[in-house]
Amino acid sequence: MTTIRLSLATILLVCLALQGCATQPASLYQWQGYENNVDAYFRSDKLSPQAQTQLMEEDLQKIQASGGIVPPGYYAHLGLLYGQQGNLDQFSLQMQAEKKQYPESETFMDFLLRNFKK
Amino acid sequence: MSWEKYTKVLAAAFVFLIMTGCATKPPFDYTAYKENYPRSILVLPPLNNTPEVQASYSVLSHATRPLAEAGYYVMPVTLVAEAFKENGMTQPADMHATSADKLQKIFGADAALYITITKYGTVYRVINSETLVTAEAKLVDLKTGKLLWTGVASASSEEQQSQQHGGLAGLLITAIVNQVIASTLDQSHQIAKNSTTRLLSAGLYNGVLYGPRSPNFGKDGKID
Repeated sequence: MTTIRLSLATILLVCLALQGCATQPASLYQWQGYENNVDAYFRSDKLSPQAQTQLMEEDLQKIQASGGIVPPGYYAHLGLLYGQQGNLDQFSLQMQAEKKQYPESETFMDFLLRNFKK
Repeated sequence: MSWEKYTKVLAAAFVFLIMTGCATKPPFDYTAYKENYPRSILVLPPLNNTPEVQASYSVLSHATRPLAEAGYYVMPVTLVAEAFKENGMTQPADMHATSADKLQKIFGADAALYITITKYGTVYRVINSETLVTAEAKLVDLKTGKLLWTGVASASSEEQQSQQHGGLAGLLITAIVNQVIASTLDQSHQIAKNSTTRLLSAGLYNGVLYGPRSPNFGKDGKID
């Protein structure tokens, strides 16, 4: 019986060891393809700005439909994509959306609106 | 050795592994971090000390998620890069050399994260080729210029392969398959994700602390 109990203890410890040092809390945000889109933007040889915008808009609808929270920088990046296609109205709207959801972004969003809105 | 004794030794070994596994380094001093607790973090495009051109933006594209999930607002990385470009800066070294005061004025972030990539890419060998990404980071308070936190992390393709036992033939097949995958550069990007997530996630020993947007804010060290 001791042996069995000890084996169980061993198995439990193995599980703990495999699990690592910290249990991760549930995700705060819904990311969808955001990181891939940021990567595509930086590589700039994979997808056109139009295609990137469309992916971001589709993901945004998925996030909103499921009641998830849009991650930091998401609106702002979408605004940048619109801005690069000359759509300054959408650029402003998305920067305002970022600022509204994340007041921490205010200084930078205002800087961008001042400098790129012309 | 009897089975019972063997089990006892094994159990003891695992307890030892768990206790030493995470905590081999002395604990980081979080005094300055806690005195200047940042709400928002500006991640500067990483300094790349490797020959691989894609390294900087590959790591940067993975940096937002772990920090945001840790509970911080992360300045939009693509717009940060564009803002620097508008000011005539395309090299991460120039961006890193910008004064804390100026960064604070433009971006309004509480702290800046300076990442340096020291290893990025694949080393080809006969039996196995290894993809390795190593990055270090410094978190600096932009109001006082104080260093809040520093850390280093690596990730390797070998971590996934070390469990495979297939004899020499198996090893050779793995090596060929790996070289094909690795040559696409996408493997490096994937390993960069593991490395960056390890470097910038909260809840890890000597890692960044949970930020104000996390339900675990202020509970570091109490939930491990």
